[in-house]
Amino acid sequence: MRIRWRSPIRGPWLTSVFGLVLLCGLPVVIVTGLLDWVAYGSQPIPADVGLLHLPGFDWPTRPAWLFRLTQGLHVGLGIVLVPVVLAKLWSVIPKLFTALPRHPLRALERFSLVLLVGGILFEIVTGLLNIQYDYVFGFSFYAAHYVGAWVFIAGFVLHVALKLPTMVRSLRSRSLRRELRTPLAETRPEPAGDLVAPDPDPPTMSRRGALAVVGGGTLLLAGLTIGQSVDALRPTALLLPRGRTAPDDFPVNRTFVASGIESAAVGAGWRLDLGALRLTRDELAALPQHTADLPIACVEGWSTQQTWTGVPLRELAALAGVPTPTGATVRSVEEGPFARAELTADQVLHPDSLLALQVNGADLSLDHGFPARIVVPALPGVHCTKWVATIGFSR
Amino acid sequence: MSAVRAVGVVACLGLGAYAATIILRDPTLYSSIPGMLIWFAGALLLHDLVLFPLYAAADRAIALLPATRVPLVNHVRLPLMGAGLTLLVYLPGIIRQGEPVFQGATGLDQAPYLVRWLWLVAAMVAVSALVWVVRVTRRSAAGG
Repeated sequence: MRIRWRSPIRGPWLTSVFGLVLLCGLPVVIVTGLLDWVAYGSQPIPADVGLLHLPGFDWPTRPAWLFRLTQGLHVGLGIVLVPVVLAKLWSVIPKLFTALPRHPLRALERFSLVLLVGGILFEIVTGLLNIQYDYVFGFSFYAAHYVGAWVFIAGFVLHVALKLPTMVRSLRSRSLRRELRTPLAETRPEPAGDLVAPDPDPPTMSRRGALAVVGGGTLLLAGLTIGQSVDALRPTALLLPRGRTAPDDFPVNRTFVASGIESAAVGAGWRLDLGALRLTRDELAALPQHTADLPIACVEGWSTQQTWTGVPLRELAALAGVPTPTGATVRSVEEGPFARAELTADQVLHPDSLLALQVNGADLSLDHGFPARIVVPALPGVHCTKWVATIGFSR
Repeated sequence: MSAVRAVGVVACLGLGAYAATIILRDPTLYSSIPGMLIWFAGALLLHDLVLFPLYAAADRAIALLPATRVPLVNHVRLPLMGAGLTLLVYLPGIIRQGEPVFQGATGLDQAPYLVRWLWLVAAMVAVSALVWVVRVTRRSAAGG
């Protein structure tokens, strides 16, 4: 099959510009994604990843916005790079139709593009579906996204190692400043060579125009995404789940109805079980209260900062007779995979770590975890357990 | 071909293969393997065999637009690209896929997204058309 490639601006320089943007952006997406695995503490998903994880460390509680930042970057940057990934794939598509190299090692190099292209698009597709709660793929998102990430990393590292000299050479072949001053009328194809169409159509867009289109796509997605992480801009995330809230509310992560908890279990008979003692909600409310502005930040990349009031976890630990705990296990009234959270000593002892009874001056709603929920600085939202039933402080 | 290059290629492919063994460490994931492989293959082909033919065909159609003093091409192309990009990225909400899980997670439904997306597309089309009209008017004025 002989294809006549028509674009007069496709060429190694343009491809290298897209490549450079991805070379700067994708490592940030990769590292923040791997940090998310660390942030899950002693309960990472998938649990057993062999050697494929960042060096272990206790996820810090300072700054309180740490997870908000890392996961917001992971998801946000992952979204805004989609147009650049698509532009890069467009720019190299003639390669798909070139003959497979005879040399076995060259053939292996070509095969590694399966890891690169399959990996990045698998990560984009599963990631985009996950943040929109669409589980049409039917397998574990966590496991698939984590494995897909390492498959992509393998292809990415090799691709960068093999192509970096080509990218540098191609970028030096033309002046970016001059390209930005070259209008459509003066746009000519790059010199004959790899990726350059031998018999192109007349240009309908300059190179600077193409860069502006891709950059514009990135800005469009940024504008439609930032609102899921910034409370003041929330309604601007027009098409994302976390651009909306119920009236006068902040985003709910998992409703009371979805938890399957029976109303009676969080009614007048509810007690907080600390092992050594059991407390009613009134007894908790009678203890000295502490108020802190803390974010709830979720693995789907969205976050919100609210004002929480409740009993510091370290005061509860002292009440339970464990003033210097080595950690804590929090269980919810709810049953299921996220109904138990392990906290480190640092997470228990931080002065702002709360068993919150109120948010923004009013009792928690059922959807936000009434009678009481955990809020800990920089802890992934999924571990800020709602509808708390027991807290076991370990010695 | 240098030995370093050969070692690098084999090492990176080895890393990819080792990554896949994460799935084998958890027997509860075994039943998911065919699904993951199918989605990986689908992702691999998504751009080159699905998106590229679609947008290349659309672009050929745009090239058939009547010639005007200010070319229409990019004024049609850009809103179309914006519509396609936002449809691709925000598809689940727009087509209301996965609504039960969405409701359980957020307490909201997916009703507004299709209309919001249509308004967004309409806005992009309108802005692009307006800019075209302004360019035509300015060129007419300049040309006398």
